[in-house]
Amino acid sequence: MKLDMDEVERLSADLYVRALKILPPDVKAGFKELVDAETGETARAALGVMVENVQVAERTNNILCQDTGIPIYNVTIGRGVDFDGADLKQAIRRGCERSTRENSLRSSVVHPITRKNDQTSCGVRVPIIHVDFDERDETVAIEMIPKGSGSENGSFLQMLLPSQGIAAAKRFVIDRVIELGGRVCPPTIVGVGLGGTSDLCMHLAKIAATRPLKTVCPDPEGARIEAELSRAVNELGVGPQGLGGRSTSFAVHVEIAATHITQNPVAVNIQCHSARRATATITPGGIAFS
Amino acid sequence: MTQHVLDMPIDADKVRELRVGDTVTLRRTLFGIRDATLIHMFDRGRETRFDLQGHAVIHTAPNVRRVEKSEAAPAGYEPFCIGTTTSQRMERFTRPLMEREGVRLIIGKGGMGPDTLKAFQELGGAYLAIVGGAAALETTWIEQIEDVDMDDLHPESLWRFKIKDFGPLLVAMDAHGGSHYANIRDDVASRRDAVLASLGASE
Repeated sequence: MKLDMDEVERLSADLYVRALKILPPDVKAGFKELVDAETGETARAALGVMVENVQVAERTNNILCQDTGIPIYNVTIGRGVDFDGADLKQAIRRGCERSTRENSLRSSVVHPITRKNDQTSCGVRVPIIHVDFDERDETVAIEMIPKGSGSENGSFLQMLLPSQGIAAAKRFVIDRVIELGGRVCPPTIVGVGLGGTSDLCMHLAKIAATRPLKTVCPDPEGARIEAELSRAVNELGVGPQGLGGRSTSFAVHVEIAATHITQNPVAVNIQCHSARRATATITPGGIAFS
Repeated sequence: MTQHVLDMPIDADKVRELRVGDTVTLRRTLFGIRDATLIHMFDRGRETRFDLQGHAVIHTAPNVRRVEKSEAAPAGYEPFCIGTTTSQRMERFTRPLMEREGVRLIIGKGGMGPDTLKAFQELGGAYLAIVGGAAALETTWIEQIEDVDMDDLHPESLWRFKIKDFGPLLVAMDAHGGSHYANIRDDVASRRDAVLASLGASE
């Protein structure tokens, strides 16, 4: 299969606005679970507004949240795909720019030193593009994530010592959730990275934070810890928007990587309740959105 | 708990009627402000031509459409998606906003800290919590973008919105030293040890 770069550009543009408008079904189901279990009056009212907002966005064809985020594109390329990597990256960037212009999206991207906003949602090394490969025949998946900043500012890395064990990593996660309170727009998905190097550990936390709800860490030890932490964060009482209540998080997700004998890294990256993402899967048979 | 309807602007006596736990709906006028606007106003000495005396500001940078100037769009902008950002980043600007510009109400998400609470007590102000991320709904409460200043900072300009029944919003910090966030923080702190113990992660 030859990858058509005009199509990649068009899809990259379309996915940005799709992600901003359509809340994924697993997150909608997550809201229902939280509403059913919540007893606090203020918390229930806040969750009610969030659910109403999803309906209003659908009815008015509007984007869910004003924060158009930092655009991230995760591209997964299967076997037997003919493509030019440099063209691919350029096509995604053009699509991101085009979507910003054509949909009047707020450009939320600035130069880190001058703070200049080019009004394109693009800048140095942004959109962030990750390319990975898998076993699927003649398949290319493009996932778009507009990563909101309120939650992204809730990012932490700690290079713990091996002697501090996994207990210190769990304590680190709990203390960060407490510290962040309502700033990260709870209910959240708490992404936790365990292991790797410093940069890989942060990346693991981002993968975890942006994974669909009800998916489980592929490592059994990681899966056990994410189940424990998912229960624990909702006993803290932070609640939706930090206003108190049970519904602090939809879930805690953990991703792991092997690490060095001297290291015990833990990273936290948060996803807000507007946990937006959209994927297009290209095969010889056509394009499917999810 | 009382439901207040406020025709903006308001005076210090009115703001002191608001208590944590009350709800507020605003009418007439609301100003949008955020990081870059505040940095330019108070760190770089820029002045706005807007009179903010007695008004409410909301921490936002909106999505807007550029249109021809008209009666319906006097600033040449139409609202598209207007929502609220995290307030905590702008903590150090509450006092100068109140002292220099006379602002009475701050609308935001996630709450603000002790310096803001002290400024509210001394100068007469309150913080109204809106549900962050509910921007599509919030946009339906905005009638028009009436005017814009400092638009070279776009989208972090200073926006003047004409609003219709903007709310209900929760009074989360008041002029009497009350802070819903401080109450929740104490409650969460009291639960921490038990939660850590349940994880086998006590200190």
